Amino acid sequence: MFELLGIPPQVLMGQLLLGLINGSFYAVLSLGLAVIFGLLNIINFAHGALYMMGAFVAWMLLNYIGIGYWPALVLAPLIVGAFGIVLERSMLSRLYHLDHLYGLLLTFGLALIIQGLFRNYYGISGLPYQIPPALSGGQNLGFMFLPNYRAWVVVASIVVCFGTWFMIEKTRLGAYLRAATENPVLVGAFGVNVPLMIMLTYGFGVALAGFAGVLAAPIYSVNPNMGADLIIVVFAVVVIGGMGSILGAIVTGYVLGLIEGLTRVFYPEGSAVVIFVIMAIVLLIKPEGLFGRTA
Amino acid sequence: MINKATWTAAALAALATAPAMAQGIDVKLGVLNDRSGVYSDIAGEGSVIATRMAVEDFGAKEKGLNVEIVSADHQNKPDVGSNIARQWYDVDGVDAIVDVPTSSVALAVAQITADANRVFLASGPGSTALTREQCQPTTIHWTYDTAALANGTGKAVTEAGGKKWFFLTADYAFGHSLQENTAKVVEANGGEVVGSVNVPFPATDFSSFLLQAQGSGADVIGLANAGGDTINAIKQAAEFGITQAGQKLAGLLIFINDIHALGAKTAAGLQMTTSFYWDDNDTNREFATRFEKERGSKPNMITSGVYGAVMHYLAAVEATGSTDGDKVVAWMKANPADDKLYGKVTVRGDGRAIHDMYLYEVKTGDESSGEWDLLKKVATIPGDQAFLPMLPECDFTKK
Repeated sequence: MFELLGIPPQVLMGQLLLGLINGSFYAVLSLGLAVIFGLLNIINFAHGALYMMGAFVAWMLLNYIGIGYWPALVLAPLIVGAFGIVLERSMLSRLYHLDHLYGLLLTFGLALIIQGLFRNYYGISGLPYQIPPALSGGQNLGFMFLPNYRAWVVVASIVVCFGTWFMIEKTRLGAYLRAATENPVLVGAFGVNVPLMIMLTYGFGVALAGFAGVLAAPIYSVNPNMGADLIIVVFAVVVIGGMGSILGAIVTGYVLGLIEGLTRVFYPEGSAVVIFVIMAIVLLIKPEGLFGRTA
Repeated sequence: MINKATWTAAALAALATAPAMAQGIDVKLGVLNDRSGVYSDIAGEGSVIATRMAVEDFGAKEKGLNVEIVSADHQNKPDVGSNIARQWYDVDGVDAIVDVPTSSVALAVAQITADANRVFLASGPGSTALTREQCQPTTIHWTYDTAALANGTGKAVTEAGGKKWFFLTADYAFGHSLQENTAKVVEANGGEVVGSVNVPFPATDFSSFLLQAQGSGADVIGLANAGGDTINAIKQAAEFGITQAGQKLAGLLIFINDIHALGAKTAAGLQMTTSFYWDDNDTNREFATRFEKERGSKPNMITSGVYGAVMHYLAAVEATGSTDGDKVVAWMKANPADDKLYGKVTVRGDGRAIHDMYLYEVKTGDESSGEWDLLKKVATIPGDQAFLPMLPECDFTKK
C-alpha cells in the first residue's frame, strides 16, 4: 500500500471518509443557499439559524410530543419550510426589486433575532438528542470504525442533493423555475403563478437547511449557535462553487469536506482556515466560482 | 454592553431602601461576566443570583450594609471588560468586581482593580497566572484554577492506570495552559504524553481529531478544552466507539451543565474535578433548590464560588468598616472563612483561596435517577495538594 508523507493509508482512508461526512452537511446547506440565490437572488444569511431551528424542532418534537427521529426527519423540514414561507411572504418579498444587500441585511438581522430567542429560552450549553436506535452502533471497516449514523448521513445527503439537482435541472417544474428567474413577467404571462413558485422555492431551500439540522442533531450539540458556527464556511463553499450554481454547490461541498479532512491530519491548526484560503485563491483566479457562469 | 435594565432596577431598589440605611456602609458589587456567549450558561445571570443570595444570607441589611448589585456583559473580550471595569470604578463607585470567567478578561480586570485599590473576587477564570505570573495584591481567586483541575483529574486518571496520554487541545491560551499543567502532573505520576493535536477554537466536528487520538495508542484522551467543544468531543467519542474500545476520556474542565447537556448516558464514566456538587449534602441541596427556583438550573462550581466569595467579602467589610481594597483583602487573608458550601477556606498571601477539591465520576444511565442526578464522588483532594504552592514574590501579606 502507499504511504503519503508518513501517514499510513488506513488513517488517510479514515480521514477521507470523515471529510465526506462533513462534506455532506456542507453540500446540503450550500445547496439550499444556491437554490435560494440562483432562483430568488436573495443572499440568505438566515440559513444557519434555520439549520439550527431544524435541529431544535426535532428536539422539541421528541421532548414535547414524543415524536421520534424518523417522523421528525420529514416534519421538521416542513415546519422550518413553513416558517421560511412566512418570512418570505411577510418580509423578503418586499425586497426583490431592491439591491441584494437589503436581502442580506434583513436575513442577517433575522438570524440574530432567531438565535437570540433560542438562546434566551434554551441557553447556550445545548440539548441532548440521541441517535435513533436503528442506526446506533457501527461497522468496523478495518481502517476505522464507521458509526452507522454517519454512513446514513452520507447516503441521505447524496440522495437529497441528487434529487434536488435532478428536479431543478431536468424536470418541467425546474424549467419553469429557471425561466421564472430569467424573466418573471413573460413566464407569468404564460399563466404560471410566479409569486407562488418563488415562495415555494424559498420554502424548499429553507427546508433543506431544516433537514440538515435534523441530520446534525444526534451528532453535534443542539445549541443556538450551531448554525452561526457553520454558516460562514457554507457561504465560502457557495462562493467557491459559484453563486447560484446548483451542481457547483453540491460538488464543492463534498470536495471541500475532503480537503478539510486532509488538512486535519497534515496541519490541524490550519483546518479552520483552509476553506477560506481556497476561497481567496478561487476569487483571484476565477471570480465567478468554479462552476459559475460568467455574468 | 452594560445591562441598563439591571442598573435601573438596582438603582430603584437602592432608592427604595436608602432612608433606612442612612448610617450604614454603602457597598456596590459589580458582577462582570459573559451574559450572551459560550460561557453565559455556566455563569451569566447565575452569578448575579448567587451574589444576591449571598447578600441576603449574610443579612447585609440587618448588619447595616447597604449593598447594591450591578451587572454587565464583557463578551469574553478583554477590551470590553477593561472599559466596564474602569467605568465602574471611576464613575459608578463599584467596590468589588465579582466572577469574570475567561482568563484573558480576568487578568485585565485584576490589574485595573489593583490600581483602583478595590477588590476582585474571581470565581469564573481558570488561569493560574492570576495568582502567579500576574499576581495582584487585591485579587482573590476563589473557586478553582487549571492546576487544581490537573491535580484532580490528571493525577487520578494516571494513578488509575492511564499512563499514556493524548491531548485534544483548544488552540488558544487557556487550552495550552491546561495541557501544560496536566502534562506535568501526568509525567510526575509516571505517565507519558504520546501526542497532542491543537484543535481550532471553537470546533463542532472532532471525529477527525478523535481518530488521530485513537491511532496514537494512548490509554487516555485528555480534553484540554471547555464548553461546547468538550460536549461535542465527548458526544462524538461515544459515537465512534472510542470509549467502548477501551480508551478513556479525561475532561479537564467540565461543569455540571455540560454533563446535563450531554445526558448521563453519553457521559457515563467520565471523571471530572470540581469544588462543588449540588447533591453532596443537605446544605448544598438546600442552596441548590433556592438557586434553581430563580435560575432554572442547578448551581455549578462557579456560581457556588461566587456565593462564598461574596459572603467572605461582606464579612470583611463589616469587620473593617471599610471598602478600601487593601484593608478588606488583608482581613480576608487573615481570617479563614467558614464557608457554607466549601467548608473551611483560607486565603493565601497571593490571593489563592485554599479549599478541598473533589474528583467525581459521571453516573451511568441506570444509576442516575433524575435529570440532575449525575455525579458520584470518587475522591477528595485536600486543599494543600490541589493547588500550586505560593510564589514568594506573590505573597502580598509580607510586603
